[in-house]
Amino acid sequence: MKRNIFSRLALGNKLLPIFVILVFTVTYAPLIVMMIYSFNSPGHDVQIESGYAHEYVRASEKWNGFSPVWYKRILSDKHLLRALVVSVIVTFTAVPVSIVIGTMTAFALYRFKFWGKWIFEQTLLSTLLIPEVVIGISLLLFFVGFLQIKLGIRTIFISHVAFTIPLVTLVVIARMQRMDPTLEEAAMDLGADEIATFRKVTLPLLMPAILAATLLAFPWSFNDFVISYFVAGPGSTTLPIYIYSMLKVGVSPVVNALGTVIVMFSIILVLGASLMQRLRKS
Amino acid sequence: MNYLERKHRFLFFLRRHQPLKICLILSPSVIWVFLFSFIPLLIMIYHSFMTKGPLGQVLHIFTLANYEKLSFLYLGVFWRSIRLAGMTTFFCFIIGYAVAYWIAIYGGRWKNLFIFLIVIPSWSSLLVRIYAWLFLFRDSGIINYLLMQSSLIDSPIPMTFNEVGVLGCLIYTYLPFMILPLYASIARLDQSVLEAALDLGASPFNRLLKVTIPLTKGGIISGVILTFIPAIGEYIIPDLVGGAKVTMMGNLIADKFLSFRNWPLGSAITTALLIIILLLIFVYAKSEKQSGLFEVQES
Repeated sequence: MKRNIFSRLALGNKLLPIFVILVFTVTYAPLIVMMIYSFNSPGHDVQIESGYAHEYVRASEKWNGFSPVWYKRILSDKHLLRALVVSVIVTFTAVPVSIVIGTMTAFALYRFKFWGKWIFEQTLLSTLLIPEVVIGISLLLFFVGFLQIKLGIRTIFISHVAFTIPLVTLVVIARMQRMDPTLEEAAMDLGADEIATFRKVTLPLLMPAILAATLLAFPWSFNDFVISYFVAGPGSTTLPIYIYSMLKVGVSPVVNALGTVIVMFSIILVLGASLMQRLRKS
Repeated sequence: MNYLERKHRFLFFLRRHQPLKICLILSPSVIWVFLFSFIPLLIMIYHSFMTKGPLGQVLHIFTLANYEKLSFLYLGVFWRSIRLAGMTTFFCFIIGYAVAYWIAIYGGRWKNLFIFLIVIPSWSSLLVRIYAWLFLFRDSGIINYLLMQSSLIDSPIPMTFNEVGVLGCLIYTYLPFMILPLYASIARLDQSVLEAALDLGASPFNRLLKVTIPLTKGGIISGVILTFIPAIGEYIIPDLVGGAKVTMMGNLIADKFLSFRNWPLGSAITTALLIIILLLIFVYAKSEKQSGLFEVQES
């Protein structure tokens, strides 16, 4: 048996776990450091009531002691809170719309064969893969150069629905492929019409997939920066656009606190949803 | 009664006319996707053949000048984008395959937890992750600060505002998109095949090369596509981590639209990027195995 140097490295025995631990460390180190430093005291007096939170304060690498001052500053920043409201409005209107449309699309794509199906599927997949810059620019040209409508919350809403539909569709389709088609047939045989079958059989069976899709679509829409950046007008700054403007000014410790809140929120969301599903199963 | 009767008539009518039913169910998404994804791309391609007016407006006169300009001015940026995206994909594949393999084979009952840990950061804001990266690695960041405090180095090591920094952040961001499809396809492997390979005298490395990797080809293709295509058009990472020194195609496009107001030239660059991407997607769609894109998140 020929043994070369690679087999000596014993892939999978000792080296691999160390490597995996390293990858996990690198994945989480920046976030954890950010969270710790969000409680770093500025070391000197900072004015809290100052309108803009990102009025430039240099982030200190030195640990000055514990202080919740940056969190207080988030709450005192009116522009930030307004951006948050805009983001919430857009996400909570766009995602439900795209959930409904996406589920319908998935149902049609899975159930029926029709002309142009392959092209439509590939178009959906492409809109997921095409870089956000391309989508953002083309929408900007469409709204401003072609339709000549004002950029604002409306255009952000339209764009968000457009890019979350493919996501919802693909998640729901993946689940549908594993669904037992005889259940629906049985319902039809027992006298339910199409609408009743869909409401009483198909939809409950799809609920986990719809939940998963919602869970994916919410952070996608809420955290989207690039597309929103191109189609947002004055007065419709979303939270990610606001964070971007803060980053452009400089690394400000307020972003540490804000980032901590966002990361914690998404972790709680994911954990909550997975716990919910686990409870449902048992 | 009247309502029920009408409903039954309607359903009966739909049963007889299948195409109409499909149209009804599919129309919202077809209209939305057609109107707000497809048409905008066509309009962008149209703009790429137009002329820029002296005030930055678009004159509707046909010209090929934008593409001429693009082909000799911006080849460097194109090449850098392709190179960085290619290197990102390569490193993500090496790292991602090892991690996915370990989770799928040795993960045991903690498999789902590990995959969750991989995915969770990418559910939070990309901007926040880039910020956290910068906070750690910039010249006055935590790492340089600690190294200087312990007097290992005299001046900060530049880990941002150069290509290596951008590459690092790209890998950091895109790793989950590589790991998910890889994990899905490795987890689906029949373990007895792997054992058989060892029994028949293959060394672990040979087994990886000749059995494991060919059997997980579907996941590899998905992972490569999912990493390469978004990476080549990346905008925020080179913008925030690279600054003005490392521009990729995404920055070039945004600059042309937002700063220089040269929409036709910007459209031409975007169209060129789109063509590269559509070619890749076409190859991907034609390849028989597309697996593991959206299966893991459900578990």
